[in-house]
Amino acid sequence: MDDCRVDCVINLDVSSGESMTTWIWGLLGVLLTPVVAGLVGGVDRIITARMQGRMGPPVLQPFYDVLKLFSKQNLVLNRFHHDLVICSLVFTVAAVGLFFAGENLLLCIFALVVGNVFLVLAAYATNSPYSLLGAERELLQMLSAEPMILLTAVGFYMATGGFDVSQIILTHHLPIIALPGIFLGLVYVLTIKLRKSPFDLATSHHAHQELVKGISTEFVGPSLALFEIIHWYETIFVMALVYLFFASMPILGIFAILAVYFVEILIDNTDARVKWELMLGSAWIITLIFGVGNLMILHIFQ
Amino acid sequence: MSIKKSPWIIHYDGSSCNGCDIEVLACLTPRYDVERFGVINAGNPKHADILLITGSVNEQNKSVIKNIYDQMAEPKAVVAIGACACTGHFFAECYNILGGADTVIPVDVFVPGCAARPEAIIDGVVQALSVLEEKHKKAKAG
Repeated sequence: MDDCRVDCVINLDVSSGESMTTWIWGLLGVLLTPVVAGLVGGVDRIITARMQGRMGPPVLQPFYDVLKLFSKQNLVLNRFHHDLVICSLVFTVAAVGLFFAGENLLLCIFALVVGNVFLVLAAYATNSPYSLLGAERELLQMLSAEPMILLTAVGFYMATGGFDVSQIILTHHLPIIALPGIFLGLVYVLTIKLRKSPFDLATSHHAHQELVKGISTEFVGPSLALFEIIHWYETIFVMALVYLFFASMPILGIFAILAVYFVEILIDNTDARVKWELMLGSAWIITLIFGVGNLMILHIFQ
Repeated sequence: MSIKKSPWIIHYDGSSCNGCDIEVLACLTPRYDVERFGVINAGNPKHADILLITGSVNEQNKSVIKNIYDQMAEPKAVVAIGACACTGHFFAECYNILGGADTVIPVDVFVPGCAARPEAIIDGVVQALSVLEEKHKKAKAG
């Protein structure tokens, strides 16, 4: 009896210790994401500039931009506008935090989607036609990308036996070996999530698109700064998804992230924006062939 | 400090021969690459810090210029680029021309030239940065 109690106490201690560590990881993820993503954004802009034969801005430029935006006047259009952006930030940060804490992958993805929906609502809260069209296009982008991202979670479940990030990361074999189709499909829809050409329909990193700035047209000063920070968190989330495919070999995982991001920059600089029909159609066909196909083959061989 | 390192511009071309308009765009090309200084051609008045105006103001575009200026968030600065935007230049006598950009909105920096050279335009933007910083400090002080 006593032994059992000691055992239980020890078990409790271990589990509370584990949960402490996971929450520390989550907190680290949330705190370090803006730093890493800002630097990635700076390097992205330099590589983009070099591809266009220019020098490009300093590597810290994204931080200068966000700091400046926080110091600007916020022209809020109505009482919902800015608050909805804050809600979006909260859910997107939660998605990244839960991911780094090793929680359920589905929960993280749904939190990210809710964050995205709040962004759409913020854009819908205005009267600007550019903002409204941007919001509609953002919904189309979500419709294109989310099925593949959900299938990625299902793929990880089939390959590793669990939805928990902490479990996926501890597998001994490389998930990419079982999920090459899912990986290719995810890389395809990453262009949508990273808001890069040819799928930067809702808003673009570059000015002078047909919708001015689309979904972010009406975000001013601090609101726009929060929008940029939300995008930083999104970027890190999808890059962390890429890493999960190589979870048992961390160095390979980091190389995979760098390679995928470089390919995305290359695609961004070499492709013109497409119409929404092509984005939705191609994303769903890719999801069907690479995503569902991979899952079916995996099911047959398991 | 940060506003000096990240000046986002919006460019409007009024009644002009488009010479200065093209020189403004030349600043963004690889030869001059103003993105080195963090300058972005925002194309959206709500995101921009500096309004670059080329060409003179006429009866039709005065409300457009005023509207763009009003939509910009504080602190903001205006740079009039080229002789037309400064004074109206040889369009000044035309029946529908009001004159330079300062006839409708307050202008902070005037860049002369016909057409203004890209070096002069970049110099004008740099001068507008100190104007922006001053306005920022004033706004902070209340």
